[in-house]
Amino acid sequence: MNNRTLFEKVWSDHIIVDESPDAPAVLYIDLHIIHEVTTPQAFTVLREHGLPVRRPDLTLPTMDHSTPTTPVNSFKDLAVVGESAANQIRQMEKNCEDFGLDLIGFGNEHRGIVHVIGPELGASQPGKTIVCGDSHSSTHGAFGALAFGIGTTEVGHVLATQCLLQRKPRTLAVNIDGRLPEAVSAKDLVLAVIGKIGVNGGTGHVIEYRGAAIRALDMESRMTICNMSIEAGARAGMIAPDDTTFEYMHGRPRAPQGVEWDAAVQRWQELHSDAEAVFDSSVSLDATSLEPMVTFGTNPGMVVGISEPVPTGGDASFRKALDYMQVEPGKPMTGNAVDVVFVGSCTNGRLSDIEEAARVLEGRKVADGVRMLVVPGSQQVKVEAEAKGLDRIITGAGAEWREAGCSMCIGMNGDIVPPGRLSVSTSNRNFEGRQGIGARTVLASPATAAASAVRGYVTDPRTLS
Amino acid sequence: MKPVRQITSRSVCLPTKDIDTDQIIPARFLTTTSREGLGKSAFHDLRYDESGKPRREFALNRPEAQACRILVAGRNFGCGSSREHAPWALLDYGLDAVISTEIADIFRNNSLKNGLVPVVVDDATHSWLLDNPGAELTVDVEEAELRLPNGKAVAFPIDGFARHCLIEGIDQLGFLQKQLGKIEEFEERRTWKP
Repeated sequence: MNNRTLFEKVWSDHIIVDESPDAPAVLYIDLHIIHEVTTPQAFTVLREHGLPVRRPDLTLPTMDHSTPTTPVNSFKDLAVVGESAANQIRQMEKNCEDFGLDLIGFGNEHRGIVHVIGPELGASQPGKTIVCGDSHSSTHGAFGALAFGIGTTEVGHVLATQCLLQRKPRTLAVNIDGRLPEAVSAKDLVLAVIGKIGVNGGTGHVIEYRGAAIRALDMESRMTICNMSIEAGARAGMIAPDDTTFEYMHGRPRAPQGVEWDAAVQRWQELHSDAEAVFDSSVSLDATSLEPMVTFGTNPGMVVGISEPVPTGGDASFRKALDYMQVEPGKPMTGNAVDVVFVGSCTNGRLSDIEEAARVLEGRKVADGVRMLVVPGSQQVKVEAEAKGLDRIITGAGAEWREAGCSMCIGMNGDIVPPGRLSVSTSNRNFEGRQGIGARTVLASPATAAASAVRGYVTDPRTLS
Repeated sequence: MKPVRQITSRSVCLPTKDIDTDQIIPARFLTTTSREGLGKSAFHDLRYDESGKPRREFALNRPEAQACRILVAGRNFGCGSSREHAPWALLDYGLDAVISTEIADIFRNNSLKNGLVPVVVDDATHSWLLDNPGAELTVDVEEAELRLPNGKAVAFPIDGFARHCLIEGIDQLGFLQKQLGKIEEFEERRTWKP
C-alpha cells in the first residue's frame, strides 16, 4: 500500500472496529485534553453510571476558558470571573480529584490553553489521535496527529472507553506553493485559505496542508494554520511531520526519551501522504503574492488583503454582517478606528506571536484611547516571554500583560470588548458578540494587531517605519 | 435519550447564513455545570435587546412562531465551536429539528446524540421553506423524509446508525461499552503505546 494519505495512515492505525452501513467505526483515542467548560456534564454521566475514567494516563486536564487572567492564589481571586464561572472552576478541581486525574491547575507552571500546553509538554505527537471538547483541537494536527473537537457527550465516551464512534471523513489537500513574503505571517495565510474556500469549504473533510510554503514554516506557525481549519468547517487539519517537528519536540517532558525517541522518530518519518495518494478534493494557493489579511465581516471567511477594498454587493446575510460591523463596502479596512486590541488565544498566543507583537511595540506607545491586552497562551509562554524582557516592552508601550488563558477570544472570564466597540484581535472568530455583546471584531495577525494599537486605527504593519 | 420518530409542527425561519454556535448560545452562558435550563438563553442576543426586552423583529419572538418545533435556517447552520450547549439550548427551548442546506459537522454530531434532528435539503426545497414560514411540516426519522403540506416527500440523508439510535432512543455510550473487550485487545496488540 503506497497510495495512502497521511490522514488514512493515522486513521487506520486507530480503528478497532471498521465502519459498516450499520455502524460507525470504533476509533481509539491516544490523548484526551479536557477543560472546565465542556466536561462537567460528562462527569455527571460517569457518576450516574458508576463509571471510572478508563485511562487517566491518557487524559490531560487543565483550566483555561473561564479562568481569570489576573493572578489566582486563593479562591477569593476567582471572584473576578463571577460566581457561575468560579463554581465551574471549583467543579473541575473536584471532578479531577474524584476521578484521579492530575489537573494542571492554578499554581502549576504548565497551566495554559489546552491547545498550547499539549504541544508544549510534548504530549501532542505525530500519528496520535487527539481530541478535546473544543473545536480548535485541530491545532495539534500541526504535528501530523489526527486531532478534532468533540461535544460533551463524546467527552463522556472517551472518558469511559477511550474510544469514539466515527464515520470516516473525506480528505482535502490544501497546497500552498511559493514562500510567504516578509511581514506576512501564518495567520494571514490561513485567513487567505478560509477566504478562498469559505467557512463551509472544509465541511466533512480533514485538510492536509502541503507544499513548499508549509514546509518552510516553524511549528508555532503550523499550529496557527491547523488551528483555524475548523473556521473553514473542516473536522481537522494536518501537516506531515518532518525535521522541524522533531526538533521542536525533542526533550519536551512528555515526548519519548532515549532509545524510545529514536524508535518514535523512525515511525513518525513514515507519516506523510504517499506519492500516489489521492485526495477527495484539492485546492492550491501561492503564498508569494499574499499580504497581511484582515476580516471585515462576522465570520472568518469574510476577509480581504489589507490594501484591498471591502467587497460590494452580496446577499442579505452579507449586508447584515457589514451593518453589524459598521464597515463601508468599497473601502479598505485600514483607517477604521480601533478601541481594543487583543493579542493571545490558541491561534496566536505562543512565544513567537508575543515576539511578533513586541517587535512592533518596541519604542512605540499604544495610541490614546486604545486598550491593548496581551495574554500568553500558557504560563510557560509567560515565563519565556518575561525571560526575553517582552513583558517590559509590552507594559512600557502601555499594553496590559496578563496570566495565561482564553481571555478575550471567548469573553467568558470578564475580559470583554464593550458593546459597539471595534477590536483588532489575533483570535479565531469574529462572530457577532463573540468578544462581548455587540463587540465588533477584526481578525488579524499579531503584527497587524500591534500596529493598529499603535496608530489607533486598522493599520498595515508594513507601513510603520 | 427519548426516542424520536416523527416531528410534526409549523416551521419558523431564520434565513441568515452561517448562524454560528455563539449566536445559538453565547459563551457567557457556558459557565453552567448542568445541561438543563439553557432554553431561556437560546439565541439570546438575537432574541433580546440590551435592556433584556424581546426584539419584535426576531422571527422566534413573533406570536405565530410560538410552539413551532421545526427551525428552517440559512446555509451552514451551527458552524463554529463544539459546544454541545447549542443543541441542549435548542431542545430546551422547544425545537426538535433543524432544516438547512448544510449543517456544520460538530453541531450535527452533537444534535444527533441528543435527539435534535438535523435535516439537510436541496436548494429548491430550502427556498420553498424559507418562502413559506409557518408551513406545517413532518420530519419523519423512520422514513428519512421531510413531508411538505402539499404531500410531497423529500428524502434527507441520515446515517443509518444515528437514525437507529434516534428511533430507539439508544444511548451510544452503552454501544461503546459493549466493545470493551475489543478495546482491551487493541491496547495489548498495538506495536506502539501512546
